[in-house]
Amino acid sequence: MTAHLGPVRAAGTTRRLVLAALAGAAADLAGVALIASAAWLITRAAEQPPLAALSVAIVAVRAFATTRGVFRYGERLAGHDVALRAQAGTREGLYEALIPAGPLPQRGADLLSRMVDDTDAVQDLLVRCLLPAAAALVTGVAAVILAGFLLPAAALVLAAGLLVAGLLLPAATAAAARRRSATIAPARAELAARVADLVHGAADLAAYGAGGRALSAAMAADGRLGRLERGQAWINAVALGIGMLAQGLTVVGVVLAAQAAGLARVPAAVLALAALVSFEPVLPLAAAGERFSGVLAALRRLREIRATPPAVTEPADPAPPPEPPLTVEVRDLVVRHGGREPALDGVSLTLTPGRRVAVVGPSGAGKSTLLSALMRTVEIESGEVLVNGVDVRRYRSDDVRARITGLTQDPYVFQASVRDNLRLAGPEATAEELSEAVRRARLEAWAERTGWDTVLGEDGRTVSGGQLQRLALARALLFDPSVLLLDEPAEALDEETADLLMADLLDATRGRTTLLVTHRLRGLEQVDEIVVLEAGRVVQRGPHADLVTAPGYYRDLWESEAMTRQR
Amino acid sequence: MHKDLLRLARAEAAVRLHLAACLGAAVAAGLLVIVQAELLAGVLSGAFAVAALFPLALVVAARGLLGFGQGVFAGRTATALKSVLRRRLLSRFQELGPASYRSGELVTLAGRGLDALDPYLTGYLPAVAVAGVVPVAVLVRLFAADLQTAVIVLLTLPLIPVFGALVGWTTKAVTERQWRALARLGGHFLDVVRGLPTLRAFGRARYQASVIREVAEAHRAATMRTLRVAFLSSLVLELVASLSLALVAVPVGLRLLSGSLDLHTALLVLLLAPEAYLPLRVMGTRFHAAMEGVAAADEAFAVIGDGREPSPGPAPSPRGETAGEAAPSPPEIRLEGVTVRYPGREDAALRDVSLVIAPGERVAVVGPSGAGKSTLLHLLMGFVAPSEGRVLVGGADLASLDLDAWRRRLAFVPQRPHLFASSVADNIALGSGADAGRVRAAAAAAQAAEFVDGLPEGYDTVLGERGADLSAGQRQRVALARAFCRPSAEVLLLDEPTARLDGRSEAAVIEATRRLAEGRTAIIVAHRPAMIDLADRVVRVEGGRLVAPAGAGSAHANEGTTT
Repeated sequence: MTAHLGPVRAAGTTRRLVLAALAGAAADLAGVALIASAAWLITRAAEQPPLAALSVAIVAVRAFATTRGVFRYGERLAGHDVALRAQAGTREGLYEALIPAGPLPQRGADLLSRMVDDTDAVQDLLVRCLLPAAAALVTGVAAVILAGFLLPAAALVLAAGLLVAGLLLPAATAAAARRRSATIAPARAELAARVADLVHGAADLAAYGAGGRALSAAMAADGRLGRLERGQAWINAVALGIGMLAQGLTVVGVVLAAQAAGLARVPAAVLALAALVSFEPVLPLAAAGERFSGVLAALRRLREIRATPPAVTEPADPAPPPEPPLTVEVRDLVVRHGGREPALDGVSLTLTPGRRVAVVGPSGAGKSTLLSALMRTVEIESGEVLVNGVDVRRYRSDDVRARITGLTQDPYVFQASVRDNLRLAGPEATAEELSEAVRRARLEAWAERTGWDTVLGEDGRTVSGGQLQRLALARALLFDPSVLLLDEPAEALDEETADLLMADLLDATRGRTTLLVTHRLRGLEQVDEIVVLEAGRVVQRGPHADLVTAPGYYRDLWESEAMTRQR
Repeated sequence: MHKDLLRLARAEAAVRLHLAACLGAAVAAGLLVIVQAELLAGVLSGAFAVAALFPLALVVAARGLLGFGQGVFAGRTATALKSVLRRRLLSRFQELGPASYRSGELVTLAGRGLDALDPYLTGYLPAVAVAGVVPVAVLVRLFAADLQTAVIVLLTLPLIPVFGALVGWTTKAVTERQWRALARLGGHFLDVVRGLPTLRAFGRARYQASVIREVAEAHRAATMRTLRVAFLSSLVLELVASLSLALVAVPVGLRLLSGSLDLHTALLVLLLAPEAYLPLRVMGTRFHAAMEGVAAADEAFAVIGDGREPSPGPAPSPRGETAGEAAPSPPEIRLEGVTVRYPGREDAALRDVSLVIAPGERVAVVGPSGAGKSTLLHLLMGFVAPSEGRVLVGGADLASLDLDAWRRRLAFVPQRPHLFASSVADNIALGSGADAGRVRAAAAAAQAAEFVDGLPEGYDTVLGERGADLSAGQRQRVALARAFCRPSAEVLLLDEPTARLDGRSEAAVIEATRRLAEGRTAIIVAHRPAMIDLADRVVRVEGGRLVAPAGAGSAHANEGTTT
C-alpha cells in the first residue's frame, strides 16, 4: 500500500516545498526591493525632479511593503505544512521499517525516545535549514545581480561578503558542532545517568548516607557539560560577531567602491542600502549550520535503524497458512543471538494438539529464545521447526504468529483505555468474550475497580507488575491462538496470587496446545511433559513424577521450592 | 518574565554578572545601530567626507565585538543558572526523601528539561532588554531629526505590542491546545514503538501503521487550521513594520521634492525607522521558544521553592542528640500509636500502629501488598515521619535524632535495589568507603562473589543503565552485599529480599540473610515461608493496621490465613 502511496506523497511534498521556498524568497526579495526603492525614492527626490518621475517608486514602496508580509505568511504556512507532512511520513516509514526488524542495537527507554525525537529532525531540516537557505540564496544572488548592473566592483564586494556570511560561517559552525557533539553527547548522557542514579536510587543513597557524594558526582558531570556548552556558545558567539562584521564591512566596502568609481548619489544609496538589507536572510544561516549538523546526525541514526536487517527472512514463495489443529515439532534447534554462544543448542520437542509442555530452567537457559523461535522473531541457525509437517520458514512469519503466540516477555501497556488495551488482542471480541478472558485472568475485580474506560499507561493510571501480567494473560486468552505460548505468566506476582493464577491457568489450558515457560514448579504435575533447559540444552525431560525422583536440576529446584513453602 | 528565575539570577553573583554583561552588550550593540545609521546617512548624502567611512568601520567592528561578547556571556549565564537550578532541584529532592515526587519526571526535568531555559536566557531576555531601550533611543533621535517622521513612528510603534498581544490573546487557547496535541502525537508514536513487540504478538503491528498515518494526518490538518490564525500575528507585525516604512518614506520623498527636508536627514530617517520596530519584532519571534523555558522554570520552582512542608517527609534532623553513637548493642525500637499519611491520599498508609521490637529480635512483617509493610520500613528509615504518634529508638524520639547518625546504624535492603552506573565494587561499598578486601568479603557473604567473578571485568565491571546487566537475583545479592559492608549496622531492614527470585537464587539469598541477621535486630518484610522462618516473631499488617501480632515462637500461626 505504501509502495504506491510513497511516490504520490513525495511528488506532493516536492511541489509544496518549492512553493514554500518561492514564497520565502519572494518575502526576502520584497524586503530588499522595499529598501532599495525607498532609497531610490528619497535620493531621487532630493534631486527635485517632477513628481511624475517618483510615482513609480512611490507605488513600488507601498507594494513591496504590503507583499513582504503576505509572502512571509505564505511561506510559514506552506513550510509548516510540508514539515508536518514530512515528519508524518518519516514516522510512518520508520515504524514500518521496525515491524519486521530484529532487536535494535540500542536498548533502554531513553534511547527509544531519542529515536522518536530524531524524527523531529526532518521538520527542522526543512523549516530551519533548507527553506531559509533557499530564500537566502535567491535573495543574495538577486542582490549581487542588481549590484552588478549598478557597479560591477561593488557586486564583487557584496558577493564576497555574502559568501563569508552565508557559506563559510554556516560551514564552519556545522563543522564545529559536528566535532563538539562527539564530546557533548557523552557528557549529556553522563549527566543523565548521574541524575537518574540520584533520583531512582534515592532510597539506597539515603539509607547508606551516600547522597552527598552522589550529588557531587552529578554536579561534577554538570560542570563538565557546562564547560563544553560554554565552548559551544563561544563558537556561536564568534560566528555571530563575524557575521555582523561581514555585513558592516561589506556596506563600507560597497560605499568605498561607489565613491572610488564616482558613482552618482542615487545608485550609490540604492547599492549601499540593498547590500545592508540583503544580509538579513543570510545572517541566521550560521545558527542554521549548527542545527544542520545535528539534523544530519539524527537522520543518519534513523537511516541506521531503518537498515536494521529483518529478524527473519520471509519466504519468496510462502506456503498457505497452516490449518488448525497444529502440531509443532522442534528438531535439533540451534539459535544464536549475534556472535555469542548459542542460546539454544540442539533442542527438540513436540507439541501435538491438546498437549501441554512446560519449559523450566535457570534464567538465561534459553527458555524465552525458544518461544521467540516459535513466534518467528529470531532466525533459526540450524535444525528445524515443523508446523503441521511444513518447515516454519516456508510460512509467512505473520501467519505463524497469528497461530502461535500468547503472553510474551515484557508485555506492554498502551496509553489507552483498559478496554482498548485488551481489545488489541481481539478487535472483534464481544463484551462477553472480553469479560470471560478478564475473569479467567483473575483481573475482573481490578477491571471493575479501575473502570473499563480509564486510560492506562504513562500519562494515565499506572499498572502494577502483577496487574500487567494478568492483563497480558487476558490478552492471550482473548486472542485464543492455536498454540498458546506463556512466558512466565506468574512473574512479578505475589506468592498467593501466583499460586491462584497458575492453578487457574492450568485449569484453563486443559486440552489446549500450550507451551508454558516458568520457574515455578508447583502444579506442573498436571502438564504432559516438562523440558528442563540449561545453557541452551535439554538436560532433563519427562513428566513431573519421573523428574522429581531423578537427581538433577528439577529435583533440586523442587526441593528448594518445597523448603521455601510450608514445611 | 519569570520572577523566580530572575530573582535566582540576581541572587547568584556569577550569574548576575554574566547576565548583566550579556544584556549590556546586547543593548550597546543596539544603540550603536543609531551611530551606524548616522554615519552611513552622512556618507551617502555627501554630508560627510569619505573619511567618515573609517569611524563607520570602527562602529561595525565594535558591533561585531559586542555581538561576540553577548553570545559568550549568554552562554555563561545559561550554564551557570542551569547548574544552580540543577543543584537546588537535586538537593531539594534529597531533602524531601525518596517517598516524594514522581521520579521519572524529575530525572527528565533535571536533565534535558532545564535545557529549555537556553532560548529564554540567551535569546529572549537580551531581546527584551534591547526592546526596552533601543526603540526609545531611536525615537529620541528621530524627534531631534524630523518631527513628522517621529510622530508617525511613535503612533505606529505601539501597534506592534498591541496587535501582538491581541492576536496572541485570541489564539492563546487554541495554540496551547495544539502544542499539547503535538506532544500527545509524539507520545502516541513513542507508545506504539515501545509496544511493538506486543502488537507483533497479536498481529496488530501492520494495522497500527495506518493508525499512525491517520493520527498524524488529523493532527496536521488541525495544526494547520491553528497556524493559519497564529501566523496572522506575525503577518500583522510584519505589515505594521513595513507599511510604517512606506508611511515614512513616501512623505519624506515628497518633502524632499518640495525642498523642506535635506537628504542627510531623509536618509537617516529611512535607516533609523526600521530599527525602532525591529527589536519588538525580534522579541515577539523569540517569545514562543522562551515560553517552553518558562514552563521548565515553573516546574523546577514547583519542586524547589513551593515552600510546602515535606509532609510526611523526613523529620527535621537537628544535630542535638545522636542516639548514643557509641551504643554497643542494638537499641529497643518502639512504635507508639503511629499513623502515617501520604499527601494527596485519603487513607492512612499506617493507622495507629504500636509495636515493640526488642534488641536482637528478628521480626517478619507479613501481609498483602499495599498493606503498609514498606511504609513501616520507610518510617524506621526516617523517609517518612509519623503524622500521629511517635517512634522511639532506645528511648529517644526518632524525630529528635540526627537522622544521618541513626541511618549509619542501619542496613537497608529495598525491594528493588537501585544499582548505580558505576563499578560493582562501588555499588557494594556504597557510602561505607570499604576497601577492595572488605568488598570481596561482603560479596562472598552475600553469595554474590561467584557471579561477580564471572563478569567481564569482575568487581570493576561498570553496570549499565539502571544495572540492567544483572538478573533480579544478582541485583538483590549486590544489595545484600551492601548491607554486609556495614559491619557496624545494628538494625537490619529488609524489604522482600526474595521477591522475584527463582528457587536457587532464593535459597542463596536466604542463607546470606540468615548470616547477616546474626547478632542484629532484623525487621524483614517477607512473603515466602522460608524467609518468614528466619524470624523469631511474625507481625501481620493489613490495611495499615497491625492485626493479631503473634508472639515469639509462633512463626507459623498466621500462615493459613495469608490471602
